[in-house]
Amino acid sequence: MTPLDEQTRPDFPILERVVNGRPLAYLDSAASSQKPRVVIEAMARYYERTHANVHRSIHTLGEEATELYEAARDRVQRFIGAPRREEVIFTRGTTDGINLLADALGHTLRPGDEILVTEMEHHSNLVPWQMAARLAGAVLRAVPVTDEGSLDLAALDRLLSERTRVVAVTHVSNVLGTVNPVAEICRRARRVGAVTVVDGAQAAPHLPLDMSALNCDFYVFSGHKVLGPTGIGVLWGRREALERLEPTRGGGEMIREVWIDRADWNDLPWRFEPGTPPIAEAVGLMAAVEYLDKLGMDRVRAHTQRLAREAAEALAALPGVTVYGPREGRGALVSFAVAGVHPHDVAAFLDQEGIAVRAGHHCAQPLMRRLGVVGTTRASFSVFNSSDEVARLVAAVAALRSAL
Amino acid sequence: MTVEAGRPRGVALYSDVIRERWRRPRYRGELPEANVVAEDVNPLCGDRVRLMLRVEDGHVRAARFLGDSCAICTAAADVLAELLEGRARAAALALDAQALLERLQAEIRPSRLGCVTLPLAVLRRALGAEGPVGGPAARR
Repeated sequence: MTPLDEQTRPDFPILERVVNGRPLAYLDSAASSQKPRVVIEAMARYYERTHANVHRSIHTLGEEATELYEAARDRVQRFIGAPRREEVIFTRGTTDGINLLADALGHTLRPGDEILVTEMEHHSNLVPWQMAARLAGAVLRAVPVTDEGSLDLAALDRLLSERTRVVAVTHVSNVLGTVNPVAEICRRARRVGAVTVVDGAQAAPHLPLDMSALNCDFYVFSGHKVLGPTGIGVLWGRREALERLEPTRGGGEMIREVWIDRADWNDLPWRFEPGTPPIAEAVGLMAAVEYLDKLGMDRVRAHTQRLAREAAEALAALPGVTVYGPREGRGALVSFAVAGVHPHDVAAFLDQEGIAVRAGHHCAQPLMRRLGVVGTTRASFSVFNSSDEVARLVAAVAALRSAL
Repeated sequence: MTVEAGRPRGVALYSDVIRERWRRPRYRGELPEANVVAEDVNPLCGDRVRLMLRVEDGHVRAARFLGDSCAICTAAADVLAELLEGRARAAALALDAQALLERLQAEIRPSRLGCVTLPLAVLRRALGAEGPVGGPAARR
């Protein structure tokens, strides 16, 4: 079979770019992925041929737009193995989805209740819970990270109690690449009656997902990291869990009937989608997950994890380079540090070589403190990346200390 | 294929002054006699700079810095400390990003200008000045 990168490269127009005189090696998909032509064209076609507002337009374009928007929901449902279509709610992204949950679940908390997060959370899966805890007088606790870069599951058991009302955990760490055993974590959380929220921002682009097997109550991810557009995300919730949530955002579309002093809520999923939704973005997201499904998520996982492993091993072999994260069970990224060189200087140097990486705290400052660093440099991989690009990265890092 | 103008290959990433000041900063270290100390972080990257000043009769008599920071930020803090020594408060506060860039003999791309202005923000905090850092970076 043709290697995935050879098969997919021609599908990504942006990869034709030359940056600083070198062909672009885009190793920053964990921040935002690039878009295949089918996504760009689907959105352009939608705007050129179909656009109208959805759901209440009694005209042809409105009906077509509604049909496309709801078809996108069905397509996402299949992509994540969700049992029911009404469990798929479109948001503006992962951050938006978590804020929605923190607001809605926050209203159910009482003083002394506990929210359990982990030390490896992105600020997006931490700060909204801090806000919810502060408003409710609840307590925020965090599962520590081991020296190997995994979650301390023994500590998880000690931290879980009948006071734990919410457990919010990332599926894949955006810094360490750790793939957390979320099904097991959710199983333990459920034993104490806690609601479980999984941040899937770094998992959805690379792992086959099956909501019916994952055991969580809520799962959130972004469109722009799964080869889709910015401005849209997915919040999946078990129907019973969603039914128990009181909406915290009002407006059109989320209601059934409105009086001056009150309103009845609409059915799921629209109850949580007030206002005009990101319609073109849903169309683009549909094209993106179709593209990924055609490639096969098992194949995507194997390819991106192989590249991350290659990069981790080769970088770790360089003098003065430290690689973070677990040796086994690494997702599609690798974070590293070069002794004596600040991550931003590493990234600026690599950019000069046409290599785009992320550097800094990766919106995970508590984890940076745990690792004892200001920041790291992170290379992350997608379907179109190749072993040659890994080799370019490693050669550039090897040359870095003498070149700066 | 789109070809864009880039830095000519083989040219160093940073100016000679930045590289020299980053490798061998002259004003990095503690200042035990400091009577004014301030610290700030760049929220974008987490870089942290601490500025220690000895201020007497309205003049900066000595300046040192400490920080976890990139080459640009370290070099900017180092030349700032140098420029500060002997300056009256008003003249110290008049220093802006342009002054540091001239001293660094560097053009800095917009995404890194915050690395130059962080030490200036710390200075303003140290001297209790209101308002943002002046100079070209203030537009960002």
